[in-house]
Amino acid sequence: MFENLSDRLDSVFKKLKGHGTLNEKNIEDGLKQVRMALLEADVNYRVAKNVISDIKERALGQEVMQSLTPGQQVIKIVNDEFARMMGSSHQGLNLEGKTPGSVMLVGLQGSGKTTTAGKLALHLRKEGKKPFLVPVDVYRPAAIDQLKKIGNQLDVPVFQSTTEMKPLKICQDARMQAREQGYDTLLLDTAGRLHLDEELMAELEGIKKGINPSEILLVADAMTGQDAVNIAGSFDKKLDLSGVVLTKMDGDARGGAALSIKAVTGKPLKFIGVGEKSTALEAFHPDRMASRILGMGDTLSFIEKAQEAVDQKDAKALEKKLRKNAFTLEDFRNQMKSVRKMGSIKDLIGMLPGVNKKQLKVLNISDKEFNRIEAIINSMTLEERAKYGIIKGSRKKRIAKGSGTTVQEVNKLLKSYSQSMKMIKKFNKGGMRSLKSMLPF
Amino acid sequence: MAFNLFKNKKKDKPVEKKEAQNDIFSKLKSGLSKTREILTTDINDLFLPNKAIDEDLFDELEELLITSDFGIDIAMDMMERIKTKAKSLSNANELKQVLKDELISLFPDLDENAKDNTLPKPYVIMVVGVNGTGKTTTLGKIAMKYSSRGKKVLIAASDTFRAAAIEQVEIWAQRSNASIVKHREGADPAAVAYDAVEAAMARGVDVVLIDTAGRLHTQKNLMEELKKIKRSINKKLHTAPHEVLMVLDATTGQNALSQAALFDEAVNISQIALTKLDGTAKGGIVASIANKMQIPLTYIGVGEGIADLQEFDAKRFINALFD
Repeated sequence: MFENLSDRLDSVFKKLKGHGTLNEKNIEDGLKQVRMALLEADVNYRVAKNVISDIKERALGQEVMQSLTPGQQVIKIVNDEFARMMGSSHQGLNLEGKTPGSVMLVGLQGSGKTTTAGKLALHLRKEGKKPFLVPVDVYRPAAIDQLKKIGNQLDVPVFQSTTEMKPLKICQDARMQAREQGYDTLLLDTAGRLHLDEELMAELEGIKKGINPSEILLVADAMTGQDAVNIAGSFDKKLDLSGVVLTKMDGDARGGAALSIKAVTGKPLKFIGVGEKSTALEAFHPDRMASRILGMGDTLSFIEKAQEAVDQKDAKALEKKLRKNAFTLEDFRNQMKSVRKMGSIKDLIGMLPGVNKKQLKVLNISDKEFNRIEAIINSMTLEERAKYGIIKGSRKKRIAKGSGTTVQEVNKLLKSYSQSMKMIKKFNKGGMRSLKSMLPF
Repeated sequence: MAFNLFKNKKKDKPVEKKEAQNDIFSKLKSGLSKTREILTTDINDLFLPNKAIDEDLFDELEELLITSDFGIDIAMDMMERIKTKAKSLSNANELKQVLKDELISLFPDLDENAKDNTLPKPYVIMVVGVNGTGKTTTLGKIAMKYSSRGKKVLIAASDTFRAAAIEQVEIWAQRSNASIVKHREGADPAAVAYDAVEAAMARGVDVVLIDTAGRLHTQKNLMEELKKIKRSINKKLHTAPHEVLMVLDATTGQNALSQAALFDEAVNISQIALTKLDGTAKGGIVASIANKMQIPLTYIGVGEGIADLQEFDAKRFINALFD
């Protein structure tokens, strides 16, 4: 996400940094490019205009002109303004007070409300809540079935709505049932509707009045264009939203909708949907996102993901093994598994600072490679995994057959494993100094 | 398209009522009239007869094109050409004609002869697109359209991935009196498509509609799956699929270009349906797609009703909207 936008900004910034001194003309040229980049990323026309004029005012002011590194200073201003536009730190769901609390999901057709409801249920359960999914979409064919199925898959209870029931009645009955059965958070999955549809918008207002939900979240598609501000503005005007969830962020949308919606409604973007799996929901951190857009990496998210995926105890045990040169192929496989839990390898690399997004695109690292490596190790006996030296010709053949790979691939894996073992040994012997001798410079 | 831009802002005029629904233009206009109040800029305001052609007008026009999602490239390109032509014009009204011509020229000329009524049998249409654009709904409406013309329609429930997608398409099959070929959830979508074409050939079906799961165009493996579906259709019937219809959401911005390019690369799109035009989105990006990739916009969706899926004809449409 945001890749294309940051690519564009990258080249603008490079040019800016190239100037020893900045004058009004080259700042203006640079900002013109920034404006184009924003518009290409679907940032709303007015929003782009405003932010550019804010940046310009500051850039032409003293803080830049007197700076020794004016180019850097301009980049900092752009970063500041972007961060300001998106809000500061992450804001989670506010479910204090009433029990059961409720989260109402609203939005246009096809924005991803039902999928998001499932993801939020999982998220809430992780936080120790007892979510209750409530299908309120009585219009779209099979919408209720869809949520029921999702609930089944996740093992989250679902209210048994029918298409004959009135939406408000569904919510009220569901709340009663939640009280009786001890569920503490209702997730109200309302039908998709156009913000112009008076009748259906009135229905939402009715639900809001009758249920008084703790959170009203607008679920919007990250690929939305200039219209994002109209949509978000209308929903906010009618319902006074508490936040926004942006879905389908795993595509190549440039994310201008995120910037625009925040700027127009002032409501925080709380979560982003990043995939079809029910775990593919991320807390949104505006400050981090700003630096991601500007190509400065998102190290914090990377570390958090690593912490989530790697068990501290396992990590300690692993360290011990490494020190004793007892790191087997089995450990190698487990290690790889936990890294992969963090997400696709490409996404992970993309979070690191200094990684050129264009190179990453060409690189096309495939997660399939890792599947093959895992398959090869899985096809080994426990003894082979512990003592790789015993793997000779016929064993290799068997392993290749078992994993659906070739002997060459098995060889490749064994070779790179034995090389890393040699490195680890050297490292254990001589510490950092020996590591240095291994580097090519 | 900038459809919504071109209507007159006549607040005193009552909203068109349903009785006029047989007339395609009034239907279009009634779909569009819902947006009337929301719009802040209106093209006819820009072109008041005695308004001067100046930088302000150009600025307003540029804003209009960009906020309609035409995209920077087309907007800038068009502004350039309009500015050149404007030098020889004296008032804004003449400029309006220039803009109208420019807009029409964005759409590829459709070969009228291609629109004959003798379709191959079975006529196989594969429906593709990203998640949530309205594929199944569009497919359902197309099914209704053909079956109301007395055609025998069969729907393939090839979205075996999303929860309850099969149930959703089943309801459309009932409504449109179409038969359906389905497997269970999680089954191979290509196998469903293959079976559907096979069944259609055996039963003498006229039109086969293949519903596929929504997928982001950047998901390589899912795009491979889509290719496989197409291959398996083609294996059963060598001339099929006769159409690959990409469903595009009018609220989509510049990302639609990437969607169209990648879907086209995978399965060769032959038609586009633009849905959700009854909102405030202008869907201008479809003009870029039509222009750059020479793929015709065939259907537009202007409402939830069955009759709200309409066949698109650029010339008639833009003319109607300018009047």
